[in-house]
This record gives sequence, structure tokens and C-alpha cells, in this order.
Amino acid sequence: MPEGRYVGAPIKRREDARLLTGESRFVDDIRIAGTKSVAFRRSDHAHARIVSINTDAAKQSPGVVGVFTAADIEGDARPIIASSRMANYQPTPMQILAKDKVRFVGEAVVAVVAENRYLAEDAAELVEIDYEPLAPVTDAEAAARPDSPLLHDGFASNVLVEREFKRGDVVEALWRPPVKVKARFRVHRKTPLALESRVCLAEFQAAKSHMTLYTSSQVPGIIKDALVKALDIPGSHFRVVAPDVGGGFGGKTSLYPEEALVCILARKIRGAVKWCSDRSEDLLATSQAFDEIVDAEMSVDEAGRILGVTAEVIGDVGAYSIYPWTAGIEPVQVISFLPGPYRIEHYHGRVRGVATCKPPMGPYRGVGRPVATFVMERLIDMAARKLGLDALQMRLTNIVQPHEFPYKTASGMRWDKAGFVECLKDAAEAIEYAALRETQAKAHAEGRMLGIGIATFAELTGIGSRLSASPGMPINTGTETAHLSMDATGGVTARFGVTCYGQGLETALAQVVADEMGMLIEDVRIIQGDTDAVGHGVGAFASRGAVMGAGAAMLACEALKEKLVKAASALLNAPEDEISVGQGALTTRDGESALTYSELAERYYSHMGAVPLEIKNALGELSVSRMYDPEWGTTSCATHIAVVEVEREACKIKVLQYVVSDDCGQMINPLIVDGQLHGGIAQGIGAALFEELAYDDDGQHLSASLVDYVVPSASDVPRMAMRHPELEKPENLGGIRGIGENGTIGAVAAIANAVSDALAPLGIEVTEVPTTPERLFRMLDASKKEMSNI
Amino acid sequence: MAFEKRIRVTVNGRAFERSVEPRLLLSDFLRETLDLTGTHVGCEHGVCGACTLLMNGDSVRSCLTLAVQADGAEIITVEGHGKAGEFSPAQEAFHACHALQCGFCTPGMLATVVDALRKLPLDSEAEVREALAGNLCRCTGYQHIVDAVLTINTKEEGIS
Repeated sequence: MPEGRYVGAPIKRREDARLLTGESRFVDDIRIAGTKSVAFRRSDHAHARIVSINTDAAKQSPGVVGVFTAADIEGDARPIIASSRMANYQPTPMQILAKDKVRFVGEAVVAVVAENRYLAEDAAELVEIDYEPLAPVTDAEAAARPDSPLLHDGFASNVLVEREFKRGDVVEALWRPPVKVKARFRVHRKTPLALESRVCLAEFQAAKSHMTLYTSSQVPGIIKDALVKALDIPGSHFRVVAPDVGGGFGGKTSLYPEEALVCILARKIRGAVKWCSDRSEDLLATSQAFDEIVDAEMSVDEAGRILGVTAEVIGDVGAYSIYPWTAGIEPVQVISFLPGPYRIEHYHGRVRGVATCKPPMGPYRGVGRPVATFVMERLIDMAARKLGLDALQMRLTNIVQPHEFPYKTASGMRWDKAGFVECLKDAAEAIEYAALRETQAKAHAEGRMLGIGIATFAELTGIGSRLSASPGMPINTGTETAHLSMDATGGVTARFGVTCYGQGLETALAQVVADEMGMLIEDVRIIQGDTDAVGHGVGAFASRGAVMGAGAAMLACEALKEKLVKAASALLNAPEDEISVGQGALTTRDGESALTYSELAERYYSHMGAVPLEIKNALGELSVSRMYDPEWGTTSCATHIAVVEVEREACKIKVLQYVVSDDCGQMINPLIVDGQLHGGIAQGIGAALFEELAYDDDGQHLSASLVDYVVPSASDVPRMAMRHPELEKPENLGGIRGIGENGTIGAVAAIANAVSDALAPLGIEVTEVPTTPERLFRMLDASKKEMSNI
Repeated sequence: MAFEKRIRVTVNGRAFERSVEPRLLLSDFLRETLDLTGTHVGCEHGVCGACTLLMNGDSVRSCLTLAVQADGAEIITVEGHGKAGEFSPAQEAFHACHALQCGFCTPGMLATVVDALRKLPLDSEAEVREALAGNLCRCTGYQHIVDAVLTINTKEEGIS
């Protein structure tokens, strides 16, 4: 992309004005007269058969419009099933309301529709459900065994998905070398926790046979494609709108039972029905993340060269295989990305995704990569420590070198050229690595526990149609559309299928369109988050928004300019090849005649007879639509370095310094890029130190409030330094690499490595995250006991 | 209908008199009764801070306050700070520093910041972080919010 006036500049966001003044419009801010509210009675059992449901009292409660169980909506929707081409995959149909059986605490059983939320919640309390408790299936490892009780009747086992990647001969590689490190790594369950909980509002206009679903979603296109089939509504009469969306981080990329249900209920009562999740429901029933056990081993020669890696992963995928991503989305990507940016000849990764009595596992910022990076980067540090090598040097020895691109990883992925080595060196330079090691040595001598943690990784962003965003998934996530139209004043309205849930894409795409068209950014309007905007759209996930949106915008701008040249040719009476377009005007080669966009548009549309009718009839409106499919994906990479201090007495971990050097290709807006990284790192710090969804052995949820589920506050996050070295751009349109997930992917590993480095004098290696104060206390206590036994 | 109590409140300089159920939350009163949807509800248990507003000059969680408790009070919500094109200093600083992404926490952040700037020295970054610690943001990692607070000239009049 040629650097223009706007692309690459820190343009202040156009979204801000409405968000700063209360003029924003989130789903819960939409007012439709007569809207009824839904409240759910959710399961308080992890695994139970529903014996009977008594809704009589609820139906009599003031303001109640209707009370609905699975039996009441039977036949109102076709089954919604996340299918997959993966072998040995067992899909689970979505339960819109639990029928016969509940499979996690928080699963919706009864829906109460009332005049407002207060009254709906009052009535939901009055519902009586008689359960016959069944054996809870809560431990994924035990649930994978053949003797485990089954969560889904008739299934072969609780293992919903199984996959394996092999290269070389790991047995040979692991047998031969002198140095081996191995550990059982555990990454606990977490939640995306967008600050706006999920909200959906369906309005059925019976006289028009038209349904509009307003939903706080990252993927209105996917929701529409699924629900028109499930609800048997013509696509032309079903519109999905995701207006201002208050964060998502993957938690709003799946189709939820509540979204299907409000549509069903709106059709039943011929009106508008809204569900607004409270925080407890969000913690109970929004898709969750991570929750893997990884038994991994690495073999290394004496020079620190990695010879082989094995990883056996058990992923707790919860009760259902989530639509459309499937239960493979998180755990399978752990073994896909585990070899990381390193040269690894011998690799064996195996994964099983196991159903348990918990909410479904879904995509969360980084998807598989935060866990893969945590395991790989921990193994490297453990091996370096064992060999007495420096952690930075060990990475430089093994990382794919510039001349080795494109590099095919041990799991079969392809890295196109990216700044692996450059970012590693740049981050080390930024944090003054050598001097920092000296500072650390002094601190250790004084008895202070200071640790330095490096994490380097690569990921795939802006993925085209040759790869599925989730393994074996049948829907297309590889294209996006841009539709541009010029009005009679020369202004451009650009409509997109990619959506925004707070990242700033509305500003970024306006920058791209303004530059490509050579116009003022004020004359460009962006419309997104509405399935009426383009014929087909998908959404924002997998670090694709900027790559796909900008690519589609560039193709569409090119096509629109071609059209403008044709119109100008007729208006200026000059051959097309003698007209150039740029700087908001069309000019003849001799420079004699020129038309600004506004002059051209006004004449074309409003001056009768200015353009011969046969030309106008052939050319049509000054609008175009283009789809962009980048075919494969683009590598994005970074190195994160964190410095932490462990305060032993207080069992406190303080993050003192944080540096990132990343290769994100062409930045559209550096303010937005840094903001994405900052936010991602804060979430990674959360995953490394604080955030954990806890379930007891009976499957009861122990962390259904923000008092129990701790997310980082401003004083838990350090000042972060971002570096974006000038490097060769990738070959996709615009040379853009995705950046949205980068922060989270690196931060979990960088913090865990830093904490381990701080605790190294005590012989402690962090293998389980988050390292909460309690876990830290237990590790310190165990090491104290071990020391006193010597 | 359940027992209701008549309350009078001034919101952003305008007086309102309404009958409300004693259990109605102030956040719901503003959003549903007065249709002032700028106040956001993030957790309904007082932890996230999204619903924070200014009541009689103090920052208050509107999800932990009943509408009847606001009887006679003067309330400033995000709609009362400044408008597009006429931002308040805090809004201007947030815009300039890219201190918001999805914007869901922003109304509460602005209330906390305005309150803190009036009452606390906020001389150091650590103090600013401490002052913001009761408001959760999931998008920004706080850095640009901290920058925004540090750039606001505390001596300037009329911070809200």
C-alpha cells in the first residue's frame, strides 16, 4: 500500500465522539416500543435428568407474557450442529433450551418472557424444576477414559475430537540426545469477559414477515447464515445487526442458544424480545477458553539445538461442540502452533478434546496459540537452564532464519517471511538485555527475586479460503466484501462485511479508503456490523479485520476509480486511457480538463443528458463491490520480554517492565496497533497471574462473580513499550499482518518465564497458570520444605 | 402495581420527578425510565465500575444505588460532560490519547477521572493507576487511559 496521507498516521478515531458522550448505541440501548424481556431459569446441576418442570406459578406472576420450555419450542428450529470434516469427530446438536438433560451449571432450561427484566426475573424464580442428578463428568482426563460416565447418550466416548501431527522420528530424537526436559503443563479455564455482556434483541414484524436480530456479536454474517437455515426464514427477510459492541475477544464469535431463542420467541409473540445477560450469566454461559493439560517433552543437544518435541494435549471442551467452530477450535490449534517459530525436525503432537459438564469451549483471543507458546517457551527456558545457556541465545540458535522462508513447520503450517530474528534481537536491545541480566544478578545477590522472561512466537493472520479458521469446519471464513458507492456530492459510502467490536476498524478502513481514492477522510463514511450492508459478510475474529477489510477496500477502490474514468471519459469527451485519477479528481493527460469527484458525480447523476444514455445504462450507479480472498494467511510474529519481581513474603508478583517488538507489516494506524497490543498483553497478564474459572468436583461453578473471577486492574498492569521495526512487508494486499491477538499470545509465556526465572534459585519452574498468590505460596512452601530436608 | 415512591432528581442540570419502585436501581432508572443510555451496566455488583457516575460531586456506582436513594440528588452522567465538538477536558484527553476502544467502560472511567482529579494529587503514574483501579477496562490495558489522565491539566477550571 503506498503510504498516503492517512495510512500509517496516528489518526484520532471517529468512533470516539459517540462513545465519549453517551451517544453510542449498544444493543441494550436500542428502543423498540413494546419490547418484552427474557429471563432464564438456568440449571443449578452439572449433570442431571430433567424429571419435571412446573411453570404454573411463573405464568401467574405479574407482567408475564409467556413461559417456555424445550417442549414449547419443539419444531420451531431445525437442529444447529457444528459439523466438521475431521475424522473421529462427534458433533453435538445445540440445545436452545435444555431438553431431557442438563449438562452444565448455567445451561438455560426455562425462558420467561415478561414486560420488563425485573418482572421476568421475579417469575423465573417461581419455576420449579425436578432433577434426577447424574454422575458429574468434570475432570477431562478421567472423562477421556473408557469407563467414564457419558455426557451424551449413545456416544462412543466423551472424546469429541482427536488429532495428531507427526514429523520425523520423535522416538529416535528423544532417545538419542543427552539433554531432555519434560513437564506436565496446566493452563486453567478462563473467560473472554467483554465488559459488555452478551445482549440480543429480536424484532419480528409480522406484516412484513421480517426478522431483525440486534446482537452483541463479532460475527453477524455467521449468525445470519446459521439462523436463516435453522429458523427457515428467507435470507432476504432476516437481518442481523451488531451495532456498537462492547468488546468480544472471541466470546462473541459463536452462535448462542439465546440468539436463536429470542428470534423464536419474537416470532411466537409477534413482537420484540430482548435478553440482556447479567455478569453472572456471562461467567456461567459465555464460551470459555484454554483449559488444557499438556504433557510435553523436548530433547536438545549440548549446543542447545532442539532435536525433537512431543506434546500430548487434553483439552476440556465443555458440554457441547460450539457452532460453527467445533470443539476442535482451541485444543487442536495448541498442537498446530506448538512448534512455533523454531526449526524442529522431529515432532509429535496429539490432542483429545473431551466433553465435560462445563460451558462450551470457544475461540478466545489467540486461540490455542497462548497455550502452545506457553508450553514451547517454558520448555526452551527449562532446557536453557539445564544446559547453562542463556535464554536469548537458545532462541537465536533455534529460530527460523531469514533465508529459510517460506518455512514449513513440523505441524505442516507455512510461515511466510517475517521478522522472527529481527524482533527477537530488537526486543532484547530495547530492554538492554545484557545490562538487565547484570541488574538481575545484583538483585539476586541482595536476596531479591527478579526474573526476566522472553516469549517469541509466530501466528497466522488474515486467513484466506485455502485454510479453515477452525480445522475441518465447513463454513467459509476466507473472504470479505467491500461495497463502495459515490453519491451526487462525490462522497463515498463504504460498506463492509468485516465488523468492529471496539478495535477502531471504522477509522482504519476510512483511512484506507480515503488514501486509495485520494479523498478527504471526512468525505468517507464506513458502514459495518449490519448484514444489510453487503450481500455476504462474515465478521471480525482471528486477526482478520484489518487484513481482509483493507484488502477488500483496496480492490473496490481500484474498481470504483476505473468506473469514474469511464464516466469522466464521457463527460470530458476524452479517451479513457488519457484520463488519470488521483487527488480527488480526474484529469486529462494534457491537463486541459479536469473534474473533481463532486463535479463528476453531480454531472453524472444530476445533469440530464450530460452522459449519453447508452453509456449511463451500461455503467450504472457509481458503485462497485469486490470480495477479497487472501488465499492462505500471513505470518505475524513478535518477541515479548517481561521483568517481574516476586515478593516472597506477600506472595505477590509485580510486573516491572514489558517490551514488545513485533512485525505487523504495514500499520494502518499506529495508535490502534499499540492499543491492541496493550489490551492483549493485559489479558495475557490476567491469564498468567489472575484469571481462572473454578469448578469443583461436582461441576459447581465457584467463580460466577467479578469478586471471584479476578481481572487485572490499572495497578496490575505495567507501562509497556512497543517497537515496530521497519521490515519487509508481506505479499498480501496492503502488506498488512494481523495484530489483534499478538498481545495475549506472548504475554502468558513471557510472564510465566519471568516468574520461573525469578524463582530459579529455589529450583521452581512454573508449569501451571495462572500463578495466583495461592499457587505461588504453595510452590514457595514446597521448596522451603524441600530445602529443609536436604 | 407494586408500592412506588415519588423521587426528584436533577440529572445533567435537568429536574425530573418520577414514581419508582423502591427496588429500582439508579442505573436502570437512568437507562429505562429516563432513557439516558450513556450509563452502562457491566456487572451489577459494584466491581467493574462501568456504571460509575457523579452524584452530588462524588463518583458513585449506579448499579449499587437505588433510585430512591438518589432522591434530591444532583447527578451528572456521561451525557452531561461535553458533546461532540465541545468535549470536556477529560473527553478531549481520552480522544487524543486513544484511551478507549469499545467504549463500554468509558462513561464510568470519565466519572472516576473527573472525581479523582478534583480530590487527589495524581502527581505520579502509580497514583493515577491506583485511582483507576476500581474501573475495569478489557480493551486498552489501561496505558492510554493513564496517559490521558496524566495529560489533563489539573489546574484547568471546569474539569467535568
